[in-house]
Amino acid sequence: MSRSAYSTPGKKGKLDKHIIVVWVDNESGVLARVVGLFSGRGYNIESLAVAEVDAKLNISRITIVTTGTPQVIEQIKLQLKKLVPVHKVADFKREDKNVIFKEMALFKLVGNISKRNKALKACKKYNAVLLDKTSKSYVVQVTALRREIDTMSKNLKKLGLVSISRTGAVAMTRGAEVFK
Amino acid sequence: MAKLSTGAEIVFKCLEDQNVEFIFGYPGGAVLPIYDELKNHSSIKHILVRHEQGAGHAAEGYARSSGKPGVVLVTSGPGATNVVTALTDAYMDSIPLVCISGQVPTHLIGTDAFQECDTTGITRPCTKHNWLVKDIKDLSKIVHEAFEVATTGRPGPVLVDIPKDIQFQKAAYTKPKKNKKLNGKHHKRFNQKDIDELIKLMSNSNKPIFYTGGGVINSGPKASMLLRELVQATGFPITSTLQGLGSFPGDDNSFLGMLGMHGTYEANNAMHDCDLMINIGARFDDRITGKIDEFSPKSKKVHIDIDPSSINKNVKVDLPIVGDVQDVISSTIKTIKKTKPNFANSNKQKISKWWETIQKWREKKSLDYVNSTETIKPQYAVQRLYELTKNKDTYITTEVGQHQMWAAQHYKFDKPNRWMTSGGLGTMGYGLPAAVGVQIAHPKKLVIDIAGEASVLMTMQEMSTAVQYNLPIKIFILNNEYMGMVRQWQELLHDKNYSESYTAALPDFVKLAEAYGCVGIRATNPSELDDKIIEMLNTDRPVIFDCLVDKQENCFPMIPSGKPHNQMLLGPKDQEQNKITGKGKTLV
Repeated sequence: MSRSAYSTPGKKGKLDKHIIVVWVDNESGVLARVVGLFSGRGYNIESLAVAEVDAKLNISRITIVTTGTPQVIEQIKLQLKKLVPVHKVADFKREDKNVIFKEMALFKLVGNISKRNKALKACKKYNAVLLDKTSKSYVVQVTALRREIDTMSKNLKKLGLVSISRTGAVAMTRGAEVFK
Repeated sequence: MAKLSTGAEIVFKCLEDQNVEFIFGYPGGAVLPIYDELKNHSSIKHILVRHEQGAGHAAEGYARSSGKPGVVLVTSGPGATNVVTALTDAYMDSIPLVCISGQVPTHLIGTDAFQECDTTGITRPCTKHNWLVKDIKDLSKIVHEAFEVATTGRPGPVLVDIPKDIQFQKAAYTKPKKNKKLNGKHHKRFNQKDIDELIKLMSNSNKPIFYTGGGVINSGPKASMLLRELVQATGFPITSTLQGLGSFPGDDNSFLGMLGMHGTYEANNAMHDCDLMINIGARFDDRITGKIDEFSPKSKKVHIDIDPSSINKNVKVDLPIVGDVQDVISSTIKTIKKTKPNFANSNKQKISKWWETIQKWREKKSLDYVNSTETIKPQYAVQRLYELTKNKDTYITTEVGQHQMWAAQHYKFDKPNRWMTSGGLGTMGYGLPAAVGVQIAHPKKLVIDIAGEASVLMTMQEMSTAVQYNLPIKIFILNNEYMGMVRQWQELLHDKNYSESYTAALPDFVKLAEAYGCVGIRATNPSELDDKIIEMLNTDRPVIFDCLVDKQENCFPMIPSGKPHNQMLLGPKDQEQNKITGKGKTLV
């Protein structure tokens, strides 16, 4: 018998990756409520993106990438829906073909021109945009999936990558449908 | 143009329009404008506590016993941090509280000003919602919304933090809007298909059980009446959680007693072996389920709850029904009456074997204990208290520990809202201030705090409040000089290493009572117990009753941690009959 007043943990279920989209009132403290819910209940946040999407209605859209058992994901949604400033919650499985996921990253590349151009070429697949250019450096913007940016940032190390800034994932369903 | 009111006036106008009669509070620098305004509002009475935690628990006792929200008023900084325990307690046990806190003036927020703290930050995880009022124009709307959020859906505490400059500023007051939202939002509600499905499960079941909780109490007294009707209409056995006691008569034959860690043998075994479990307003708490993987393995589970996030949180259920308990039971009864008017009788045969099995479990008499003629057994004290007060419509509060479990086991409640105890958070020191709040709500009723000597010392200062307002609460202390439940766990799990669980240098509770200006009574042996209890009941003043009980007594039955419901540890009588030896001993 365990020497504790609490039960021992049961079997762990399989973890799935989900993208949770939350529409909230854009008021002070609202992000803390959402993030605090995750940390307080031991849910995981892999990435987070938030910005106002409707200035007139004062609505912000928060996109959270998280992992959990089906039961935990269900709890996350229901707990989020209980928060007063939350309007609606959408949940997509990472594998869902009907949903587009994108992250953006900025790469700062420093080095000789041939190295830098090699790097730029490598970025081409990922909608590369050259945002800044000096005699020694480039700043390149790419939009891609998380793992693609992970791979890019590893590969670009030897091509003069000195600094990375990246966003969390944002998501949108394909087609004319809007999540209600 | 509408007449302008100051922030402080607006607060009181809101309270008046919300029909608030009592505020539990403690003044301080950042709420002085609100306190200054108190004199102009004679319909609202302020109860001055001795510590803000006491204000919170008193408001909880008030709310739990009256069904109305409790209102708390505290100052910034320490005033707010002191009330955090009570807010968390109310959050865990779903008690509607509206806490108004003062804050330093807007321009000083963030400067580490005197008595400043991040009140909304600190209370965010222990309230349903909280607000920092930054604009006087929002104040009336926010306070009204606060009441709405606290009292609708699954009830709970909310906090409104009002900076001092806002309390002075002026704006037009707006009345509350009437709307029927829950938590300020709409929820999906159950439909007739769910009810039909439930009744189908009920008719197919051979071994059904109702497992009811605090949600029945929160749904209002009518829900408890309907629950009685439902049990009658089905003939099913019923058990209750700690928080649900009183929603069904404790002395009714259908009632199996409380379930869970210190629940009865029959309730826990019935939960384990049933084929249909109907959870009404309970939440599969870990003190109830025991080992989750082996929890009631053979049953179909139905969960009726107003909070969708309670469903499938700990235990996966087969039929979730989201709705107010009262509505769901009422629909269920209506449907039974319409489609199966003779349900209880036609079903009697089917579940008669089940009742026979339950009867066999009952014969174990799991709440029995070995009584004594020399020392007062704590169970005996609670039983005598019950026998001598059961005809008086008594309100019982408790602290937390062994005495709380003994009270739950041996005091039989037959009405809702008569039992106030800290279940979720398990807050020692809850009972005394809660009794203050209950007595405020029910000035003519008998209010008793069944207490432990360790718990009650945590909020003992509130005796002074009771004396100030002539609240004749009775503090019935089962004094064993130990933190009894801690001692019990140490005995069973930590090789009797009673680390720091004995309180040396306890105060003389009789003299302490006198020092507070109330009455102290002491009972030292069983033969004088009845007379002393009667003396207490005949005293129309606050009483501290020091009941010296057996120091070694443990609370049985119990489900040891990590064990399922059908592996209970029974009391000493049973242990003597089935001596645990060798390998069995390590299982204890």
